[in-house]
Amino acid sequence: MGKVSLPVVGTVEITIDGRAVRVREGATLREACAAAGIEIPTLCWAETLTPVNVCRVCVVELAGARTLVPSCSRKVEAGMAVQTDSERVRVSRRMVLELLASSVDTSTAPSLRAFVERYGADPDRFGPRATPAAEGVRDAAHAGHHAEPDGATAATVGQPVKVDNDLYVRDYAKCILCYKCVEACGTDAQGTFAISVAGRGFDARISTEHAVPIPESACVYCGNCIAVCPTGALMAKTEHDMRAEGTWREPEQKQTDTVCPYCGVGCVLRLHTQDDQILKVTSPVESSVTSGNLCIKGRFGFGHVAGKDRR
Amino acid sequence: MFGAGGGTNSYREVEETDLVVLWGSNAREAHPIFFHHVIKGLRRGTRLVVVDPRRTPTAEWADEWLPVHVGADIALANAFAHVILDEHLENRAFIERATVGFAEFAAHVSSPACSPEATEAITGVPAAQLRKVARAYATADRAMICWTLGITEHHDAVDNVLSLINLALTAGQVGRWGAGLNPLRGQNNVQGGGDMGALPHKLAGFQDVGDAAVRARFDATWKTTIPPQNGWNLTEMFLAMERKELRGLLVFGENPAQSEANAGHTRELLSDLDILVVQDLFLTRTAELADVVLPGSASWCETDGTVTNSERRVQRVRKAVSPPAGARDDFWILSELGRRMGHDLGDTSPEALWNELRTLSPMHRGMSWARIEQLGGIQWPCPDEQSEGAPFLHGRLWKDPVEGRRAPFTVTRHEGPLEHVSAEFPFRLTTGRRLYAYNTHVQTQHFTSPLHRGETVDMFPADAAALGLVDGERVRVTSPRGSVELPVQLDPNLRPGLVFMTFHFLQDADANTLTNDAFDPKSGTAEFKAASVRIEKLTETAAAEE
Repeated sequence: MGKVSLPVVGTVEITIDGRAVRVREGATLREACAAAGIEIPTLCWAETLTPVNVCRVCVVELAGARTLVPSCSRKVEAGMAVQTDSERVRVSRRMVLELLASSVDTSTAPSLRAFVERYGADPDRFGPRATPAAEGVRDAAHAGHHAEPDGATAATVGQPVKVDNDLYVRDYAKCILCYKCVEACGTDAQGTFAISVAGRGFDARISTEHAVPIPESACVYCGNCIAVCPTGALMAKTEHDMRAEGTWREPEQKQTDTVCPYCGVGCVLRLHTQDDQILKVTSPVESSVTSGNLCIKGRFGFGHVAGKDRR
Repeated sequence: MFGAGGGTNSYREVEETDLVVLWGSNAREAHPIFFHHVIKGLRRGTRLVVVDPRRTPTAEWADEWLPVHVGADIALANAFAHVILDEHLENRAFIERATVGFAEFAAHVSSPACSPEATEAITGVPAAQLRKVARAYATADRAMICWTLGITEHHDAVDNVLSLINLALTAGQVGRWGAGLNPLRGQNNVQGGGDMGALPHKLAGFQDVGDAAVRARFDATWKTTIPPQNGWNLTEMFLAMERKELRGLLVFGENPAQSEANAGHTRELLSDLDILVVQDLFLTRTAELADVVLPGSASWCETDGTVTNSERRVQRVRKAVSPPAGARDDFWILSELGRRMGHDLGDTSPEALWNELRTLSPMHRGMSWARIEQLGGIQWPCPDEQSEGAPFLHGRLWKDPVEGRRAPFTVTRHEGPLEHVSAEFPFRLTTGRRLYAYNTHVQTQHFTSPLHRGETVDMFPADAAALGLVDGERVRVTSPRGSVELPVQLDPNLRPGLVFMTFHFLQDADANTLTNDAFDPKSGTAEFKAASVRIEKLTETAAAEE
């Protein structure tokens, strides 16, 4: 007996790059593209976080729409026709990547650098980088109190790294304001709300309340912000210090999945090891127990394994 | 529960149920990632009830916080059941088909003496609030009760648990997706240890030691004869030490010299043994008392094996790093001990041991390591290689006719903590955990937590003011068993008469010098949650001598 194709209830048909695709009703354009085997670049989207449409890297061209639309959040509607790699899309992505990459330090942001490469973006075309701000200057910026740019240098978010606790550092010179840390700290995972976006325009930055140091904030050191940061702006202090010393050798590192030794929830821990030492702990986002999230003990409580009194 | 020793639901169900009751559980701090599942539920409309003497960080998320007095859980649960019956909200059809013992239970809790109004002074929970919560629980499509040590660290722990089971049976809130009863395990393999038969009356897979047919299967595989009597639980072991019947002890990854209630007495008993062998990563307070210390491995990252979590999910632990020189694999140590005592334990490689377990424990039979890996862990029971495990248990109670044994109601009666507050010891001391530390802090002391504030005795501000104490001032805390000195911390989330300590920071103050070792004869768990203490201001000279 031959197969019978019936329209499945709850699906809609759209056209992606000229190809008809049938997808679940309520899916986003991004999901529809993924189902059709088309990978859409993104910096601010993550499986476990609510889309916030801020990086603008995932935009696609929707027939009949005045502007490009963010595919991470735009829901499919029957009859939509989208182009994912048109000239207009490529120009827009290139421009966005040039603006981002010219204003932040991308040295620990492999996905951003890969996109810059892929779209032929030239972050240097705005001129030499402006001198980084002194400590605290960006934290004190108020909306409307702008110095006129001189046009000779490329504005940046450069500033000294914030090291105010023993567990993680905040290097906001690398921050692309993707909001992932804010969402992971707040509504989408941890429910702690220690950080938010402060300021407007180019002064916008991730901040604790009144820019207090982390130990004076609501932070509980779960590190779920570090886990979602795409640029290395948030980094465990161990990794930050080893990178500074030149002893962090990621290509040699091994990853092994095991289970946390503390409470009975059973969080899957992914141990990042180098020279037979645990250096970093993450959790796979596909774990049904953790969705990639951990608490302070799971993420940072591995020091006893190499405890001095064991060796 | 009803013959299966594990929580009846999955974490995923917490996200999709209508009402969650966290009873004696500060999950926000003690089980943070479980609480993430609770938060997901809250964001889609699940209501949260928290029953706790303290207004904990967990209670701050609750729709209703029931401020129960320490040790009044049975009175509260019975009043809860009273409301369900009084307002005719019980699930008659379920009760009649799937349970036994209802008439006697109903007669007990329906008595006027069990009403929320009559028990308000005992429980501390306003009657109107309890009625509201009981109604919500009984009328929810799906509701779950989860508990932790606030239920089990009492002298009547088993009756506490039975009282919660009574509620689920009365309302028919068990045996369905999103409806059930769940103890949140405090340690990463408490569940797995029990599953493997590390209980005095069970063999692996919760099979009874007293069952001759079960023993015969283990005897044949292990080529030995298993004694038919139950062993001792931890508390019974200490009693046997007091009677000098138990003279030698192998302590494996535990620190009873610090973690047991009335720790001073525990240390005396351990010191008095003929031989004490401690297998641990560190020279713990217990290891300091040992005749022989065997340096073991960090099982979670230096060996291969499995652990089981609070949703019955068996997951793989994997070796990522080598133990330090001189430390040995725990399996190797145990099998060598066996060999040197004349018993060859055969192939003790982790996967071989696991496969042997699968031949002996029906609920693990379908769990090969390959399938555990492929499915991201498997929730028991998993009887064969077609099964993907069970998200929730006791669906059998809803089958027509009911499969297996019916679930029993149990009449429970309020007793309250054994140690009463008195003129001499006017404060109720309860103990618990803090987010960043774990048990006796043996492992967590090895990372620098910015949250670390050291041990304090936490008091309600008005109580402290009445004693002339200010935040941070050192005080002496004395129970009938001992005395410690430490700073006081004011906490408006406590209530008058209640003080709180953890048992993490031995170097600051050892809370278990104070706690009561009175225990539940049924479970052997000591009453860590309820001691009576007095708090004294240190005189200025005494403070200066520090």
